[in-house]
Amino acid sequence: MKISYYPGCTLKSKAANLEAAAVAALATLGIDVEEIDRWNCCGAVFSLTADDLIHQVGPVRNLVRAKEQGATQLVTLCSMCYNTLARANRIMRDDAVKRDTINRFMDEEIDYAGEVEVVHLLTFLEREVGWQKIREKVKVPLEGLRVAPYYGCTLQRPADVGIEPFGSFHLMTGLLEALGATVTPFAAADTCCGSYQVLNGEAGARSTAAVILDNAAASGAEALATSCPLCEYNLGKQQGRLLEAGQITTAVPTFYFTQLLAVALGVAPESCLFDLNSAASLDLLKTKNCLVAA
Amino acid sequence: MCDADNTTTKKTIRVATGDRAILPEGAKTIPIYIMGKKYDVPETLTIMKAMEFAGFKFLRGAGCRGGICGACPTVYRMAGDYKLHYGLACQTVVEANMYLAQIPFFPANRAEYNIEEIGGAAEAIHALYPELFRCVACNLCTKACPMDVDVLGYISALKQGNIKKAAQLSFDCIQCGLCASRCMGEIPQYHIAQLARRVYGRYIQPRAEHLAKRVEEIESGKYDAMLQDLSAMSKEELEKCYVEREREPDMTAPGAWQPKETRYL
Amino acid sequence: MTLTITAQTISITSIEQLNELSGENVKLCMQCATCTGMCPMTAEMDLSPRTVMHLVQFGMLDRLGDSNTCWKCASCHACTVKCPRGIDIAKVMEALRQHVLRTNRNYIEPSALPAERIAELPQIALVAAFRKLTS
Ligand code: SF4
Ligand code: SF4
Ligand code: FES
Repeated sequence: MKISYYPGCTLKSKAANLEAAAVAALATLGIDVEEIDRWNCCGAVFSLTADDLIHQVGPVRNLVRAKEQGATQLVTLCSMCYNTLARANRIMRDDAVKRDTINRFMDEEIDYAGEVEVVHLLTFLEREVGWQKIREKVKVPLEGLRVAPYYGCTLQRPADVGIEPFGSFHLMTGLLEALGATVTPFAAADTCCGSYQVLNGEAGARSTAAVILDNAAASGAEALATSCPLCEYNLGKQQGRLLEAGQITTAVPTFYFTQLLAVALGVAPESCLFDLNSAASLDLLKTKNCLVAA
Repeated sequence: MCDADNTTTKKTIRVATGDRAILPEGAKTIPIYIMGKKYDVPETLTIMKAMEFAGFKFLRGAGCRGGICGACPTVYRMAGDYKLHYGLACQTVVEANMYLAQIPFFPANRAEYNIEEIGGAAEAIHALYPELFRCVACNLCTKACPMDVDVLGYISALKQGNIKKAAQLSFDCIQCGLCASRCMGEIPQYHIAQLARRVYGRYIQPRAEHLAKRVEEIESGKYDAMLQDLSAMSKEELEKCYVEREREPDMTAPGAWQPKETRYL
Repeated sequence: MTLTITAQTISITSIEQLNELSGENVKLCMQCATCTGMCPMTAEMDLSPRTVMHLVQFGMLDRLGDSNTCWKCASCHACTVKCPRGIDIAKVMEALRQHVLRTNRNYIEPSALPAERIAELPQIALVAAFRKLTS
């Protein structure tokens, strides 16, 4: 099987681990990842102003690329890219007036009317592979690893593009259980990590991050799974600073869900680029014997 | 528009003098609009020559006149059409009813840096030009580029941290600045691309080993004797040497030919 | 907070402008404060989202101009999904930002960001912040 894939800027550098682990994991499932050609930044956040169409052009241009290259589905990994692309896609599919204006503006591109479906990898895995098949392919079950499935904002909100209804966490739960992990539900699973506010006075983003990590730890989680590089930054990369400042007391190493998928499927840890996570992440997998023997 | 076409045929033919374009006898003139004012110019001229024909003098905004220095960017519309067109005044031939403006310079933020100090990571470029992240992918830059550079492509590559790709995609840029004049994100694309090419050349592109080796040989004096021989020769001897020099035959397969004199290889 | 409403403070034009920018009907708000309850950023805000929705219903853009609330909004849509009146409050917050940003004013200055911060932050953080907080 082959999938058309939209990476997004961050996955080409700071979050290369999110992508590398996914590509390696999908290969073991017999799925070829084909990156679309000539993609651009999706814009990271969806424009919420009714008359502002210029900020829809970025995401739509990527959908045009996908259509042009014959894709019917476009798979994304980054939650923010997913949200921005999926919401722009809905405009192009459902709003004839805006669609027309955007198509006219992009007179150098073919017309687009929402023909491509934007799919997050979690949805794809459940729908096209299935938890049962993944369970059968697991080589190193993540036994005894208590993972909190963290969704953040953009996988679920707003409802029309949510990968599942607000308040439900079946997809990541299904995946983690198939990998043999113990899923630790927690109340802050859909609390915002502070997002881009980390650029606008770090304090706000840090305190929301602290609430999430605290809540995860209190729920018994020893690891947190996410699909968003900005969540990973606020909750993972900043975690050391939160511990140092005493804003949280227990470390909760963070992972991309693709990394957990990959190690469970027996992908070598080097292929998951754990050096881009904080050191505690790889250490935890080692202590829990969750890595394939070298 | 139609009126304008009719008037052209009635115009008396003016002959340019001095360094201006000379209108060949019987050549047709067409109307063009320079900063809103109509001029009749020979249809064979480039925009730059046509402007000179009309009496403008380029103190700035012209350089190589060969399409490579980027000094003469032009923006124009055809009467009755919404579409903006872009070109180089020294390369683009006039067409009837062009509305022209020169944009010899457009202000664009240019960061200061010391290439020896900034290092080869994309983050250095990001820190010098954070406005890079204001791109909205409107693609107006690519549409404006008279060199057909994929400007959005190199901006996207830089956002992704791919310096090599940006350096390659921007290779044909002549720093005319038209992209920056159109940018929604107020980004100085061509300055960032230049930095990317510099970083690529300084830190990423592999060094040419054969060049380093040859420089070493030169420095060690391998060719000193040869040079001394040459400089001691009379003009006639030198000429004889030159005429009788060994030459690689045309179309030889690479590496197939060796000179008889191998001392300096 | 006590609101003194006079013919001078209330502005129909402002209400209409906010409705147009957001595509929402701000008058639907019934002041239940669910939005405030859901918002992760209230600790940073000088006015709660509910208070903003209160002022918005009277078109009090001048008073709102002094508030940091819309700038501290993380566009997380937690309020939006729970509003019992179905108002997309995140869009109202964006309308308030755009009201300022469209006059060529920035809330944060990209060129003033320290190099180490830029080097450390993921690209999506920069792109998102510049989209929401610069003009
Ligand atoms: S990239 Fe910009 S500066 Fe370079 S040639 Fe094209 S328009 Fe001119
Ligand atoms: S003109 Fe500016 S904003 Fe538009 S695509 Fe080019 S770099 Fe991006
Ligand atoms: S004068 Fe140099 S490009 Fe036209």
